[in-house]
Amino acid sequence: MSRTATLVTADWVEQHLDDPDVVLVEVDEDTTAYDKGHIKGAVKLDWTTDLQDQVRRDAVNRDQFAALLSERGIANDDTVVLYGGNNNWFAAYAYWYFKLYGHDAVKLLDGGRKKWELDSRELVDEVPAREKASYTAQEQDTGIRAFRDEVVAAIGVKNLIDVRSPDEYAGRLLAPAHLPQEQAQRAGHIPTAGNVPWSKAANDDGTFKSDEQLKALYSEAGIDWDKDTIAYCRIGERSSHTWFVLHELLGEKSTKNYDGSWTEYGSLIGVPIALGDEAGEA
Amino acid sequence: MCGATSGGVSLEGVDLAKESVIEGVVTRSDGNGGGAPVENAYVRLLDRTGEFAAEVPTSATGEFRFFAAPGEWTVRTLAPRADVVDQRVVARQGVVAEVSVTI
Repeated sequence: MSRTATLVTADWVEQHLDDPDVVLVEVDEDTTAYDKGHIKGAVKLDWTTDLQDQVRRDAVNRDQFAALLSERGIANDDTVVLYGGNNNWFAAYAYWYFKLYGHDAVKLLDGGRKKWELDSRELVDEVPAREKASYTAQEQDTGIRAFRDEVVAAIGVKNLIDVRSPDEYAGRLLAPAHLPQEQAQRAGHIPTAGNVPWSKAANDDGTFKSDEQLKALYSEAGIDWDKDTIAYCRIGERSSHTWFVLHELLGEKSTKNYDGSWTEYGSLIGVPIALGDEAGEA
Repeated sequence: MCGATSGGVSLEGVDLAKESVIEGVVTRSDGNGGGAPVENAYVRLLDRTGEFAAEVPTSATGEFRFFAAPGEWTVRTLAPRADVVDQRVVARQGVVAEVSVTI
């Protein structure tokens, strides 16, 4: 993959605002952000309701995803451009989701909503009316999704990358610092996981760093490029950002996102946990 | 909107005794000693090593809030048509640390 296949700039988006083959989709951590203004023509996905099964803890299944995109008027041959707040955390999560269900033509707006706003580009209130589509989703590509047993088996064997902030990694915080900290699960990290916060892959304005900078970042963190890699965070959205960097920008095809992440791992009975700033032993 | 007190985002239901809150308001100076709150700024929280910890967009009244851990932090503010502003702040458990940012 390359940047041209996976990323678009804000200028590109402005030039394609009226392109009928391009569907802009906003996905935010703050699910009310879209309602306060969005890029013209963009439709909204709510990660808490649209991208989570509402009964059990899981991704929506193939049929649910197909029904969702059909209802939002997104067709299989549309080029989907995702963007959102928080440096594209949840847009990257949605990107991973589109890839999970086999949608090839999907791209991220580099810098997301923040870059768009900092550039003082136009946001509108009007919600577009899109005709319903008939979307067909593929079977989940589990080549990009890691589950808990695979993660436990990967300790000391595969690259594990914890992309949370250093304080979350060490166990000093249980959640990102813009959220309240009361949680049920244990703090810490998966033993042998390196800590490469997702934010190191992005510039202050939310755009991705260059391929050379990214390659150096993970090399310096001790990643073994000959091994498979699993990225995790707290609920799988920040690790989608890092999965995007490794799998889509750097072309590391044996990279998976562990969407269960710390809220699952830190609640499991009997699994090993490392505390403090060191990776810990297998 | 002008003159809104800082920290307007609700803390309802949060046990403040367990939290180390950093909050404040971003104001754009009018050059005459006054200013207006900035609703489309992005405020980043950096830890004691300068590493990113969190980021929030400001509210309609220019406000932001973080739930940090006790210690030294830097609040970095990015806004359209403004230079980046960094401010140091110390968080303590059970105390709300107030920060006023002027761009």
